[in-house]
Amino acid sequence: MTALSTEHPDQPSTLGSTHFNHRERIVMTRQTLITMLLAGLLSTPAAGQVTFERLLNADQEPQNWLTYSGGYSSNRHTTLDQIHPGNLDQLELAWIFQANSLEAFQATPLVVDGIMYLTEPVNNVVALDAKRGNVFWKYEHTPSAEARPCCGAVNRGLAILDQTLFLATIDGHLIAIDAVAGKPLWKTTVADPAAGYALTLAPLVIKDKVIVGVAGGEYGIRGYIDAYDANTGEQAWRFYTIPGPGDPGHETWENDAWMTGGASAWLTGSYDPDLDLTYWGIGNPGPDLNPAQRPGDNLYSDSVVALDPDTGELEWHFQFTPNDPYDYDSVQIPVLMDVPDNRGGTLRLMLWANRNGFFYVLDRETGRFLNGDNFVPVNWASGLDDNGRPVQTPQPPGATTFPGIQGGTNWYSPSYSPQTGLFYVSAWEAYGSVFEPQDQEYQVGRTFMGGRPANPFGAGANVPGLRRGHVNTWTEAAGGGAVIAIDPRTSQQRWRLPMSDVTSSGILTSASNLLFTGNREGYFHILDAETGNILWRKALGGMIANGPMSYMVDDKQYIAVAAGHSMFVFALPH
Amino acid sequence: MPKHTQFARITHTGPVISVLLTGGIALLILIGNPSRAVGQDHVGQYEQADIEFGVRLYGANCLRCHAETGDAVAGVDLRSGAYNRASSDRELMELLRTGIPGTAMPPNNFSDSELTGLVSYLRTMRDIDLSAVALGDNTRGSVLFTGKGACATCHRVNGLGPRTAPDLSDIGSIRTAATLQRSLLDPTGSMLPINRPVSATLSDGTVINGRRLNEDTYTIQVIDQDERLRSLDKSELRELSALTESPMPPATELLDTEEIADLLAYLLTLKGLE
Ligand code: HEC
Ligand code: HEC
Repeated sequence: MTALSTEHPDQPSTLGSTHFNHRERIVMTRQTLITMLLAGLLSTPAAGQVTFERLLNADQEPQNWLTYSGGYSSNRHTTLDQIHPGNLDQLELAWIFQANSLEAFQATPLVVDGIMYLTEPVNNVVALDAKRGNVFWKYEHTPSAEARPCCGAVNRGLAILDQTLFLATIDGHLIAIDAVAGKPLWKTTVADPAAGYALTLAPLVIKDKVIVGVAGGEYGIRGYIDAYDANTGEQAWRFYTIPGPGDPGHETWENDAWMTGGASAWLTGSYDPDLDLTYWGIGNPGPDLNPAQRPGDNLYSDSVVALDPDTGELEWHFQFTPNDPYDYDSVQIPVLMDVPDNRGGTLRLMLWANRNGFFYVLDRETGRFLNGDNFVPVNWASGLDDNGRPVQTPQPPGATTFPGIQGGTNWYSPSYSPQTGLFYVSAWEAYGSVFEPQDQEYQVGRTFMGGRPANPFGAGANVPGLRRGHVNTWTEAAGGGAVIAIDPRTSQQRWRLPMSDVTSSGILTSASNLLFTGNREGYFHILDAETGNILWRKALGGMIANGPMSYMVDDKQYIAVAAGHSMFVFALPH
Repeated sequence: MPKHTQFARITHTGPVISVLLTGGIALLILIGNPSRAVGQDHVGQYEQADIEFGVRLYGANCLRCHAETGDAVAGVDLRSGAYNRASSDRELMELLRTGIPGTAMPPNNFSDSELTGLVSYLRTMRDIDLSAVALGDNTRGSVLFTGKGACATCHRVNGLGPRTAPDLSDIGSIRTAATLQRSLLDPTGSMLPINRPVSATLSDGTVINGRRLNEDTYTIQVIDQDERLRSLDKSELRELSALTESPMPPATELLDTEEIADLLAYLLTLKGLE
């Protein structure tokens, strides 16, 4: 650096000051080191050590974001309230992370004590200074060419335990990465990508185990949820989402259909430490659109399962869509909340806005259905019976079924705010598909859809799919999106914010009664969580398909949201 | 917690959807019942723009072997959407890049967006109307376009004519003959929703009429009656409506069957700048 400054005497001041800063930083580092060593001796856990205890009490440290959904109850609610309705006009961009990839950005980052861990599409991991966006290290995993995810090479994020990050890859691996060094510690094979399996979810750590589920419901897989020892990567248990011969539930399949029956598990589950149960949503049966090839209820497809996290044993299940002909994956995030019952006790509930268009309130101790109603227009069922089973009303061939194949909602993380008592979901309204089932023979690794969704509109009109260009070519003709606030006591809508285009954004709520979400049009907007009024918005220029999250460093609250191929971080000025 | 069951609400979009924006401005959008028209053009998974790009690439690179019908190579039916050698979109892209060694199917150095376009088109090919269409004489068609058919009073071709209706300079490479025929016979039934005529009333009462180019929750982009590109903030509008009826008259009003066949032949020669 000194040599450089003599070679370029025209820039002495810049280089001089850089040099000075550099020296200062070395001193700082030495001091920090001593402080850290002392801290290590005096108190545990040290910064960056995310024990299971800390995961259990994630709500005690709102400055951090320790699991995909922000805590085991998955409500995506932050108790941080520095950003509030009164100062939104000052909200400004703090920094941007631009991905070196054009794949969809669906990940939610983790933040641990000032460090952000983010997956860059597809399967790279970056550690960043959460305050400034500078990169500490980057781990690159190049997925095998065998990987064949149905719907985009996406990854939704990481899990952490102690100082180890866990990454699930689209080519079927689970990789443990040293959170400080950025180097892999172990790598295990969870699934065979050549047979259509993929991992797109953020893993879930419970105790000393890492839990993942497989994607591949469009390829005739037989789904499962696996647990691995966090230290060694050894498999601890496997729960098949389709029961094998002799197991209860197997009778809901005929012939050999169970072997290729799908039932993936491609979004992260939740955990109730008191009941010691982990809850996972299960995907569609296969072939997706041709139920005639798989008569029966097809358990546990389109269900939520409650598992013992130590053994993987099934405690209970609830099926949303028996014998599903519409690809209504029920992988949505199980949102857990408690309310007092009228006998002085607590009702432990699970809230679920399903891809099939219905909202459900379940008792998460038993899986019993408590109440529910449709939150978008539906015509595949006329309602739910007393047990929460849909009264199916299949539409005649050629007629439009609502919701269409992408569902009334999908992977977009919902939020529950204890402050407002409301549940919030991103929905596709009045959006339909014409389902055309077709017999299909299973072939390993080939798509096994059993038909196709056709466009209900003639005349060249487009309907929303997985991707979106800059022009909204379907407009109001093919349905729009909405943020919907549902009162879980009645399952009825409290308010709705309609949008021109459908939305794939997750939702975050805060203790300051704000609701953060985005849409496919590239708007990041902040609403009043009580009323749905728009308080603030910014055009970020790319589709928002991840869940916004919040954290705090040095007493400053940040909001992170990905749009297009970048992640944007907002905060208040000093 | 009360336990109750309610039955499903509305199952169909009504003819009028009235949306109240938070700004307190009523947004009135008139739309027709989503009735199912003859033939379907596109499956939902793929972007309209990608499909159009794909049609173009297909015409330039694939047509000579696979033909418009997609079934000209023995044992290969591109319209079926199910291929022997590729299942996922990724595999299909790989196949188009590498070709099939040892056969006439050539390798090609396509970019990612070209591959996306081709796959979007292949996957939706069977929705695209390929029914036989009578084609006449394109020279006569060209004369009808500017003359008796009065098409040029609204449409622009190769830099000549008004811009308020869609520019047709490359229409022959992004639409099939059957789709074009339907556009001529039934303009309203085949109007793309994004092309709907819109009318916006500003707060001062000024009315802007135009064709919609894009729209989102907060804004709308139009080309107005004076051929200006305008982006309007919905919260500043007194009223906004989109009509489902096309301003274009059916070609049968001015032309007979033979003349329409001539016109179609002409439209198919419009390939844009190569
Ligand atoms: C020179 C002639 C030729 C051209 C040009 C050509 N193909 Fe082919 N294509 C073939 C032949 C011949 C086959 C069958 C090869 C075989 O399996 O024997 C084939 C096979 C295919 C297949 C595999 C079908 C299956 O069932 O597996 C696809 C898909 C395909 N072509 C798409 C295209 C596309 C898209 C283009 C343009 C980008 C294109 N082809 C250009 C000759 C051609
Ligand atoms: C009064 C104005 C007007 C006249 C006259 C008119 N058009 Fe159009 N045309 C439009 C408008 C506006 C649209 C866009 C809305 C729609 O699709 O209906 C359109 C759409 C089209 C389209 C569909 C474009 C696409 O992207 O698919 C074609 C093709 C077309 N016109 C051809 C013709 C031909 C050929 C004639 C003469 C016979 C003609 N038009 C006469 C106004 C007109």
